[in-house]
Amino acid sequence: MFNTASTTPEKILQMLAALLLFAAVMGVILFIAGRFGGKKGDRIVAYLYLLPVMLLLAVGLVYPGLRTIYQSFFDAAGDAFIGLDNYGTIFTDPDQLTVLRNTVFWVVLTPFVATAIGLVYAILVDKSRFESFAKTMIFLPMSISFVAASVIWKFMYEYRPDQGNVKQIGLINQVIVWLGGKPVQLLIESPLNTFLLIIVMIWIQAGFAMTILSAAIKAIPDDIIEAARLDGVNAWSMFRKITLPSVQPTVVVVLTTIGIGTLKVFDIVRTMTGGNFNTSVVANEFYRQTFNADNQGLGAALATLLFLLVIPIVWYNIRSLRQSEAR
Amino acid sequence: MTTATPVTTTPPLVADKLSASKIAKKRLSSPWASLAAIVLAVLWTLPTFGLLVSSFRPERAIKTTGWWTFFSNPTLTLDNYRGVFGEDGGVNLAAFFVNSLIICIPSVLIPLSLAALAAYAFAWMNFPGKNVLFLIVFSLQIVPLQVTLIPLLEIFVNVKLTGTFWTLWLSHSTFALPLAIYLLHNFMKEIPSGLIEAARVDGAGHVSIFFKVMLPLLTPALAAFGIFQFLWVWNDLLVALVFAGGGDEVAPITLQLANLSGTRGTAWQLLSAGAFVSIIVPVTVFLLLQRYFVRGLLAGSVKG
Amino acid sequence: MFGQPTNPRIRAALAGTLSAGLIFGIAACGGSDDSDDAAGTDASASAIDCAPYTKFGDIKGKTVSIYTGIVTPEDKPHIDSYKPFETCTGATIKYEGDKSFETQILVRARAGNPPDLAIVPQPGLVKQLVTTGKAVPAPEEVGANVDKFWDKAWKGYTTIDGKFYGAPLGASVKSLVWYSPSEFKDSGYTVPTTLAELQTLTDKMVTDGKKPWCAGIASGDATGWPITDWMEDFMLRTAGPEKYDDWVNHKIPFNGPEATTALDAVGGYLKNDKYVNGGLGDVKSIATTTFQDAGLPIVDGNTCSLHRQASFYAANFVKGTKVAEDGDVFAFYLPGPDANTKPVLGAGEFVVAFADRPEVKSFQTYLSSDTWANTKAKLSSGWVTANKGLDPNNLTNPIDKLAGTILLDPKATFRFDGSDQMPAAVGSDAFWKQSTAWITGQDTATTLNNIEKAWPK
Repeated sequence: MFNTASTTPEKILQMLAALLLFAAVMGVILFIAGRFGGKKGDRIVAYLYLLPVMLLLAVGLVYPGLRTIYQSFFDAAGDAFIGLDNYGTIFTDPDQLTVLRNTVFWVVLTPFVATAIGLVYAILVDKSRFESFAKTMIFLPMSISFVAASVIWKFMYEYRPDQGNVKQIGLINQVIVWLGGKPVQLLIESPLNTFLLIIVMIWIQAGFAMTILSAAIKAIPDDIIEAARLDGVNAWSMFRKITLPSVQPTVVVVLTTIGIGTLKVFDIVRTMTGGNFNTSVVANEFYRQTFNADNQGLGAALATLLFLLVIPIVWYNIRSLRQSEAR
Repeated sequence: MTTATPVTTTPPLVADKLSASKIAKKRLSSPWASLAAIVLAVLWTLPTFGLLVSSFRPERAIKTTGWWTFFSNPTLTLDNYRGVFGEDGGVNLAAFFVNSLIICIPSVLIPLSLAALAAYAFAWMNFPGKNVLFLIVFSLQIVPLQVTLIPLLEIFVNVKLTGTFWTLWLSHSTFALPLAIYLLHNFMKEIPSGLIEAARVDGAGHVSIFFKVMLPLLTPALAAFGIFQFLWVWNDLLVALVFAGGGDEVAPITLQLANLSGTRGTAWQLLSAGAFVSIIVPVTVFLLLQRYFVRGLLAGSVKG
Repeated sequence: MFGQPTNPRIRAALAGTLSAGLIFGIAACGGSDDSDDAAGTDASASAIDCAPYTKFGDIKGKTVSIYTGIVTPEDKPHIDSYKPFETCTGATIKYEGDKSFETQILVRARAGNPPDLAIVPQPGLVKQLVTTGKAVPAPEEVGANVDKFWDKAWKGYTTIDGKFYGAPLGASVKSLVWYSPSEFKDSGYTVPTTLAELQTLTDKMVTDGKKPWCAGIASGDATGWPITDWMEDFMLRTAGPEKYDDWVNHKIPFNGPEATTALDAVGGYLKNDKYVNGGLGDVKSIATTTFQDAGLPIVDGNTCSLHRQASFYAANFVKGTKVAEDGDVFAFYLPGPDANTKPVLGAGEFVVAFADRPEVKSFQTYLSSDTWANTKAKLSSGWVTANKGLDPNNLTNPIDKLAGTILLDPKATFRFDGSDQMPAAVGSDAFWKQSTAWITGQDTATTLNNIEKAWPK
């Protein structure tokens, strides 16, 4: 059962075996948990429920994370201890300041714009007749792989010169030409290129925001809405006073998730500009040092920098949690 | 799917709900709202539409003219799609498709179940270290996949699991947990404590409450996360490559599609067709799970 | 107990399978009738002399895995070329093609999960793999084959600390300039035989009202690599092969006077807005034009006339383009400083082993033989090798014949691509990135200094 399965029936059997095994493990946990009641029992049940999760996370994420931080104090090959040298490199290299600046743009713009669009759209199509179809349109970009997305946006941003028989193959430059202008090499102009890349990320993430917020909007009890309607509020007030406060915790969750996801994403930068022309972000530098330049220490230091950059997001969450608990 | 709520709705509220939704429908079908929604939808779909059009154009046309010229000068071809399916007419692709499904199903079910349990513990139980543990769990979202590759692969090599689906199921489940717990926890907290209290008063233990009260109300949240987890695992290439090796027995369909553009990326016009072949399943899943977004999470269960 | 969450997913999965099945069915009905590029003789029919490979022992029923970055459609000729070996020894070869080979092979080697064999396209990467401690030196028989069939220099590329690790496999010629034979005929141009003549030809095209050269370096995170090829070609021609070797091995600094001369010579072509970027824009457009698209304007006839690129570029032209001396597009050898000096920049791949089981050794020996080279040549289009045992008449494609002739020319001085030999921090990072900055405006001195700074101590 733990060997490589080669025929389709074998594979299906292996999958079913895995699911059954998992169900058995769950069953055992729930059975044991069912034996404990009362306040004291709460603790044991909680730890039981958390046990499989903690095990998997410890091995799969915490251990690699700690190992990475440890590696960041060593040199490129991972042999010699060099203390904080890698961090020194990160903060003294002039290009890195641009990288940090870009990363800030990404992490600030993407969550807020994507969430705003997702929320507004979810409200607009809520309870309408074509809701499923409408939501699918915004969801589509999320279901496309990054490789395909980069081909899609190549057809948007591509540049061809305005000479002779040469035609534009990028939509934006075509529009510029139709409006009488000269085509622009969009991906070379900094910082315009960073914003154009951010647009791709927003385009993708809006679907995520919309889906989660749609679920949250559905959760708003109908009687609250009805009562407000009877009081005669208009759409804008409804949004500000009822909808927004009700989904606020979910908005925090969506902002946080998109923010963290944006910190980690390098595929867009890597495939569209390779990090050149001042478009690189910390995650791209991490990938570059680890896999292209084979500098394990510096790559690990950049990953650790990512870990540190998540702290403001975590802090924001703690604050929101405290505020909502106070309400 | 029935919503099992221990609390009964008061009849007048039900009658009023009907008229409220009627008003809501009228209100939301205001022309401005529709227009805004349509504009957004068109803007969002335009780039993808460009790719769809390109996938039906011949290689030469794609490389020299814009896809919008298709409408003034249509040159249709199925060559790109034929390239995706290969000379054997899709038999090979079918095998990879099966692999992808086999990878995806447990990789969605396992983290969903584990995360639901853990989120319940974080949301509705009290125990020492709860807040710190929760912070750690959701902060783990920041760990990039790439730093886990070598450590985890070493472990898998030691327990001799490489080349099997087990490595993928375990890895995908682990990577999904921080976000899953974070999301489900949020939705669980929205459930009014009154419901839980009432159930406890009725003598239900944690297990009962979890299955009879929580799960039914969580369906939209579970569906939402299920969609994304399915999607991410379906489109994943890196985890499959690293943890399952390159063998055809476990390779998902993404590997085939990524390799389509050829050794030096020359045939990227095939990618346009490949992208659409790959989209079908996630979009189908999305549409199928939409029905769980229709009902109210707390339909009629609020007590004043 | 798990009734509720399970059902929707299974239903969704089933529905997905059904719809996908429908799509496959419809597309499959279309069927494929395009004939492949690969010239095909059925290799399994030709019997080979099995003796050199059976001496390792009975390997019937054993499997050897080979991992490479060569995917469709080039993988098919490779897989087919293994059939004679499989037939005569009874072993099975498992071919794994992966576009992210270069990163994955290191991950797999480091984590202890390497394949049996890997086809490695850079000597620098071979060095990295040997450093992981998982690579195994090549067996004696392979070493003997390499001594017999290849120039001395080839063995040196994968000899680390005195141990020999990898036999060469295929090769590519990079010192080529693509052009349109019909344009040359119509406008009365002749193929240049010296660098000076190339310059004259370029100027003539300018006076004829054209922008003669087109170039493109965009390539995802490898953006910039074509400029490294340009610089290496000119390094060979302005400083000579010995200085080239010193430069590659860092015996002279990367930013020395020789390198400066070479890069400025490249700038004489690529940074001259009278010469570039034919049909694609201005000098800066070189940075955003993908290397795949860059040479295509040649075929159109009146936008670009010359494109410096390797022999493998033939696959980029739209299907149906005739690549031949009398066809739509062809290539000539990038000339040396004079008609008798013929430096050739090229690249190749090496077979590195991670296991020393008899079947692995046996297969390695087969791959380093002339038998394999000739079998492969008959099956391929767009492939060539520096194996001297190759009979050039087995090459099916005119560009392969040209490349093969250049490679096997006794007067040619072959040198392997420099950036492929340099340490990763330079060859797959700084050199690319700085080249990209250079083409978009950075001056030569800063560029070379930055690359020199990146060289690991």
